[in-house]
Amino acid sequence: MPYSPLMVRPMREELTTIGVRELMTPEDVDAFMAEKSGTALLVFNSVCGCAAGMARPGVRIALGHDKKPAVVASVFAGQDVEATARARSYIAEIPPSSPSIALFKDGELAYFLPRHRIEGRNAEAVAADLTRAFDELC
Amino acid sequence: MGTFHHDTSPLHGITVVVETRSGEVWVGRCHDEDETRVLLLDADVHRPDAAAPDRAEWLGRAARFGVFPKHRQVVVPRAEVASLTRLGELA
Repeated sequence: MPYSPLMVRPMREELTTIGVRELMTPEDVDAFMAEKSGTALLVFNSVCGCAAGMARPGVRIALGHDKKPAVVASVFAGQDVEATARARSYIAEIPPSSPSIALFKDGELAYFLPRHRIEGRNAEAVAADLTRAFDELC
Repeated sequence: MGTFHHDTSPLHGITVVVETRSGEVWVGRCHDEDETRVLLLDADVHRPDAAAPDRAEWLGRAARFGVFPKHRQVVVPRAEVASLTRLGELA
């Protein structure tokens, strides 16, 4: 069951205020995935503690890196349920987890950071993984 | 560092690998664990008699991407647990 929109708003704004585009409908996701050139980061946001303490701050730090994806978007698991399901359908071979972070290059999944490589770490470690992927792929 | 709950196991919310004395390997999100059992959510299992993939390949893929949640809730009796580690440590 989705949480109160009021409670979740700061969790959305933590990303939108740094330029992350929220994909709230399946149509939003399709439009995002239709762009097949360049690099795109998709964050599977969530209400859990590892999103608050590690994933979102890690994304914020990583997006301060010199090399970074051309576009960055997010879906909110457990909140924007249909949008999240549509996003996961594009990487159906990958088990669903949230928070998690997918990096696409020319429309293909090029890098994936699953929840179990976010939980129990810190934001700097998550950012370091992301910036290594940015250096390699962006 | 676990998740931000103070009344649960340090592994609460952490994806773990549970190897059992019978050779099964469970991967799932630890909800709680104590001296009697390990409670996993959204878990999958590799059994020693599985034809394919073999244990190493299955664990390797789990370490890279996680597992599909084929079992909503699983209780592994502590007496059957040979090892309990974080999946993230294998990645």
